[in-house]
Amino acid sequence: MANIDIVTQEELAHGHDDHHDDDHHGDKFQSGFFSRYVFSMDHKTIAKQFLITGIIWAIIGAAMSIVFRLQLGFPEESIAWLKPILGKWIVVDDAGIGSLDQDFYYALVTMHGTILVFFVLTAGLSGTFSNLLIPLHIGARDMASPMLNMFSYWFFFLAGTIMFASLFLSTGPFAGGWTAYPPLSAVQSSMSGSGAGMTLWTVSLVLFVVSVLLGGMNYITTVINMRTKGMTMWRLPLPIWAFLVTAILGLLSFPVLASAFFLMIFDRSFGTSFYLSEIFINNAPLENVGGSPILYQHLFWFLGHPEVYIIILPAFGIVSEVLSVHSRKPIFGYKAMVMSILAIAVLAFIVWAHHMFMSGINPFIANIFVLFTLIIAVPSAVKVFNWIATLYGGNIRFNSANLFAIGFVSLFISGGLTGIFLGNSAIDIPLHDTYFVVAHFHIVMGVAAFFGMFAGIYHWFPRMYGRFMNETLGRLHFWGTMIGAYAIFWPMHYMGMAGVPRRYYNFTAFESFNQFAAMNQFITIAAIVVFALQIVFVINFFYSIFNGRKQKKMNPYGANTLEWTAPVNAGHGNWPGAIPHVHRWAYDYGKDGQEFIPQTVPLKPGEKDMGAH
Amino acid sequence: MNLSIQNKEYTGVHPHKFLLWCAMAGMVMMFAALTSAYIVRKSAGNWLEFQLPSIFWMNTAVIVLSSLTLHASYKSYCNGKEQLYKGLMLITFVLGLAFLVLQYQGWLAMNAMDIWLNTNPSASFIFVITGIHAAHLIGGVTALTIAMVYAFKLTFKVTERRKNRFELVLIYWHFVDILWLYLLIFFILQ
Repeated sequence: MANIDIVTQEELAHGHDDHHDDDHHGDKFQSGFFSRYVFSMDHKTIAKQFLITGIIWAIIGAAMSIVFRLQLGFPEESIAWLKPILGKWIVVDDAGIGSLDQDFYYALVTMHGTILVFFVLTAGLSGTFSNLLIPLHIGARDMASPMLNMFSYWFFFLAGTIMFASLFLSTGPFAGGWTAYPPLSAVQSSMSGSGAGMTLWTVSLVLFVVSVLLGGMNYITTVINMRTKGMTMWRLPLPIWAFLVTAILGLLSFPVLASAFFLMIFDRSFGTSFYLSEIFINNAPLENVGGSPILYQHLFWFLGHPEVYIIILPAFGIVSEVLSVHSRKPIFGYKAMVMSILAIAVLAFIVWAHHMFMSGINPFIANIFVLFTLIIAVPSAVKVFNWIATLYGGNIRFNSANLFAIGFVSLFISGGLTGIFLGNSAIDIPLHDTYFVVAHFHIVMGVAAFFGMFAGIYHWFPRMYGRFMNETLGRLHFWGTMIGAYAIFWPMHYMGMAGVPRRYYNFTAFESFNQFAAMNQFITIAAIVVFALQIVFVINFFYSIFNGRKQKKMNPYGANTLEWTAPVNAGHGNWPGAIPHVHRWAYDYGKDGQEFIPQTVPLKPGEKDMGAH
Repeated sequence: MNLSIQNKEYTGVHPHKFLLWCAMAGMVMMFAALTSAYIVRKSAGNWLEFQLPSIFWMNTAVIVLSSLTLHASYKSYCNGKEQLYKGLMLITFVLGLAFLVLQYQGWLAMNAMDIWLNTNPSASFIFVITGIHAAHLIGGVTALTIAMVYAFKLTFKVTERRKNRFELVLIYWHFVDILWLYLLIFFILQ
């Protein structure tokens, strides 16, 4: 191992010098406190900003789910004790029994979805790791445009601030579901959250779209144009492929969402009828005639379906890397992994109508969408097979990062299988809008994407802060979350098969759904336990930033990728002196009797580069 | 310190230009969404047919002309013809503003035909799509304003760096022009 370290250092010296350090006045972008920590253009700092903002939003979003889970699990219990926090949204009757305001229940469900899908699993996941890893993995000083990159974060911050403000409106935040279907979203008087709440929701998400586009443009340009010498596309580590394709998906789908919102804004405020027709509010007809709410659904899901891959692809990439490094084996089927990412990306754009099987689309058209949807199982299965084959016979390290990566594979299988049920339009007739759907998407893109994110955080924490997170707490976090997440979502499949509808405030009035009262209690208790474990993670995270075990070796895991050739406290520009060159793919583990061969090591005479095609 | 070092062996395109191409891909998707929404909505019936006001043709002439003048300005810059470069850029700027004014006149002309934003989805679509296009043109005019400040304040010198910046404005300007032609043809064919 010592030998390899020396070779790495020599290789560093052989990289190309772009005179990055010739400016003796230091980095003009990072001279003061504000330009270093707040309005920073360094991709590593922006990554931390995305991550910590994402963590804050995750806590808010998860806390909301606990409140509505309390309602679902214990509808008869008093929650007057929440009144100091939730104020008027807890209605206390004469007997002192506090219950959750019904409109606010919907607001919580809506905000939970919006926050988790957009702010946590899009910005918090792809924003964090694309920023952190793209320049470090490809050997670049920073993004193609560090300034646009900074704007990307601050647009996200602004979007978040506006959404946060909407939580405090006297009429409440938007409450018509995270998909914001018209007419609830387009008619201001339709429910209390549809007025100011929806206005702020729309403004916030338009700003969010700007943030995603600025970030995505940058990620694509950086990966295509700024790779170091020798870093061909087929030598890219898999996370970079995943981030590239994610950014392309975002760039092509988020503008469509923006279009949908523009038309929505005109319907809400300027009297047009894009989405509205013959609607009665309080028994009085609206003037809007001729619109189609289905049009909004088409536009929304044209983004909405690629969006689920925007969420899960970065997790794919992270998990592939973490599994390979900690199994001490090359990733199985590197090219198949890349091809399956590309195949999923292409399919992502032609399956959107499977969200609309029950919206009244032509059954013949639905058949085509069923076909494409089920084809997604093929590249997904290729990936799962390759992850398992990567683990097979490996010298596996069961540390927190790798445990979460293995857990991801388990969740992706369980959640993916139920996707095959729902992808069939005939089976979707009984299962749509039930807890089966809730269970499916929470496992496959909620918890699984979170596991990918956790794997990435535990793995690259030293790269971010020069310290390690606590392993014991990390493993506790893993096992608790793994068992807890299944405890929450597994029972929901049975509820869904029995027809229990999602988004209902209370089931006590329904004889056939009331049989699940005890199961609902169980789910709520499991959710509370899992939430508590996430607090353990958050404490571990912030404690370790300042007090974690210090990273002593530059390459603590014995990994091949370039991020470990930069010094622990790398400043803006990542590598003091020359940028390293790349001579091989990222997965030479256990080759020719060596445990690992970093990408900077030149090929020996006659040695075959596994990444070359 | 220059952080954006490109690796010419990969694409040979300046990263900023590549960024612009990406942004344009996003804009294409946005207008593709709007125009396909138009088609979907139209096929659902209850669709008011009306003639586009003739002002939209003047509009088109102006924007096509502005693309030509800006291109000529760029050629003059590359060939070191300072006066021509500045003059043509100024003309482009005026033509850009003229397009916006004419666009507004076009909306007024539609109102004069008693076609308002909320008369019928067919009208709403035209107002909204042309409005969003105009917003993109305002972006172009802003970029052109910055280019003019450079043109008139800095001493004239033909450098790769400035040529590259000019190309960014030029590409975007042509893009907004082509986008308009697409929209016009789309509206006429529909």
